[in-house]
Amino acid sequence: MQKIKRLLGIFWMLLGPLFFILLVYSAFQNIQQGGQGDISNPVPWIIIITISIPISIGLTIFGWYSWKGEYDHMN
Amino acid sequence: MATGKGIGKIIAASSVGTLIEWYDFYIFGSLSTIIAQKFFPDINPTAALLSTLATFAAGFIVRPFGALFFGRIGDIIGRKYTFLLTLMLMGGSTFLIGCIPSYDTIGWWAPLLVLILRLLQGLALGGEYGGAATYVAEHSPAHRRGFFTSWIQTTATLGLFVSLGVILMIRRIVGIEEFTYGNGWRYPFLLSIILVVVSVFIRMKMDESPLFAKLKKEGKTSSNPLKESFGKKENFKMVLLALFGATMGQGVIWYTSQFYAQHFILTKCLVEYEQANSIILIGLLLATPFFIVFGSLSDKWGRKGIMMTGMLLGVLFYQPIFSQLYKIADYSTKTEVIQPPGNVSPVQAGNISFIHYSDGSSLKNTILPNSNSPKREVILTESGKWQMIGLVAVMVLFVTMVYGPIAAFLVELFPTRIRYTSMSLPYHIGNGVFGGLVPFIATLITTLPGANHLSGLWYPIGVASLSFIIGMLYLSNRKMNTSND
Repeated sequence: MQKIKRLLGIFWMLLGPLFFILLVYSAFQNIQQGGQGDISNPVPWIIIITISIPISIGLTIFGWYSWKGEYDHMN
Repeated sequence: MATGKGIGKIIAASSVGTLIEWYDFYIFGSLSTIIAQKFFPDINPTAALLSTLATFAAGFIVRPFGALFFGRIGDIIGRKYTFLLTLMLMGGSTFLIGCIPSYDTIGWWAPLLVLILRLLQGLALGGEYGGAATYVAEHSPAHRRGFFTSWIQTTATLGLFVSLGVILMIRRIVGIEEFTYGNGWRYPFLLSIILVVVSVFIRMKMDESPLFAKLKKEGKTSSNPLKESFGKKENFKMVLLALFGATMGQGVIWYTSQFYAQHFILTKCLVEYEQANSIILIGLLLATPFFIVFGSLSDKWGRKGIMMTGMLLGVLFYQPIFSQLYKIADYSTKTEVIQPPGNVSPVQAGNISFIHYSDGSSLKNTILPNSNSPKREVILTESGKWQMIGLVAVMVLFVTMVYGPIAAFLVELFPTRIRYTSMSLPYHIGNGVFGGLVPFIATLITTLPGANHLSGLWYPIGVASLSFIIGMLYLSNRKMNTSND
């Protein structure tokens, strides 16, 4: 179990930036002038991407802690 | 530790205040269409920008910021005065929203003032929950903490219930016309001040949490809770675990089962407004006692197992449940009848016409001024309505499993000196950000090629799955030893 937790740490470390990149990519794909609804409006995207930065970093740090065995004592 | 009547009073005082805060926060969301008409006209781009900010910034940015701001105060000054402050801030802001003249009267000042007050609401909400949960938990004996804090957990759902109930009641009293186009919509906001004054009066009489008071007396409170919570690895890694292994999944389950279900029934199933909201109301009411049941069971079985089961059930059953909701109301598969069964209603009256179906349901078409296509609303049969109520209640049951024990779980994860700060942030990121993103990301997914009306559910299913995996692997089912230190 400890080995799985540590190995998954690599996955969480990659998932953090991937989540952020996916959001930025989606924003570029959907923002358009005169589009309908919130997903074509840049303002929600700016807010969502801003708040996603610390979350992505947090997920990466979580992965790092996991990889280093910081959660091994949690059973 | 408080016992018997003492803890009852503490729970009542804390829960009523928290319920009022949720009520205040929800009525803005429930009345967003009317508020948009009054304060944020589409024709004005500045007003439209302020409207977007009011919708997104309050939940995504200000709520987590409120968690940090008030969490810090709560860990330095104390729980009692902090959540008294958040209650007054929330109540005052809500009352004032009900007083602001419309855009037609004072121009762009109207949307600006509404935006400021909405942000203050978000700030107050960010500080309230952590304070109430911590306060009750610190009065509770360790072996019944899940049971006592689960009363606080009912408030988020009951707040939605009360807000919908008040809105429906006032709509009926003043009439739909006055409510929508006159000043009727203001009454739910104005009513808040009475509730808040009563709650503040009750809370004023309460004592400080015994664990915090002891800590303060011994001079052991934290001088910098933010630095201690997020700057020290031992605490910060638990904050991250709480977020990714619990509150992230809990947030999407909570939002999907209550708000997305309501949105889906109204906009995808096209169920008539009052019928749709009564379905949600009864569903919420039927499932709410289970917050207490699962909170109490978590004292015996552990928090993790119950929370993870709730998440897994959401992951497995959201698609079939939402599919069934759609099927119940789908008039394209029903057989039309020329004569309505019995003398129910005229087939055509003015700008409203009805199409009746063989199962007893009907489709109401309303021709609106300035619109080419009619507004369609499905009126379900009693049987169809109760089937939907059952499905909503089952989804809220999933919420009670993940949400009932979570206050006790979060409290036990962190030491008293930084508890308010440490537990508030993951809770509000999980609920405000991950939960609050459900409608936005769901809409985004439906724009992808090959998407259908159920595709939006992949976001909450994906997030809950991830949280389930992290929770199952990393969380402990044992209570942490931090709860009474």
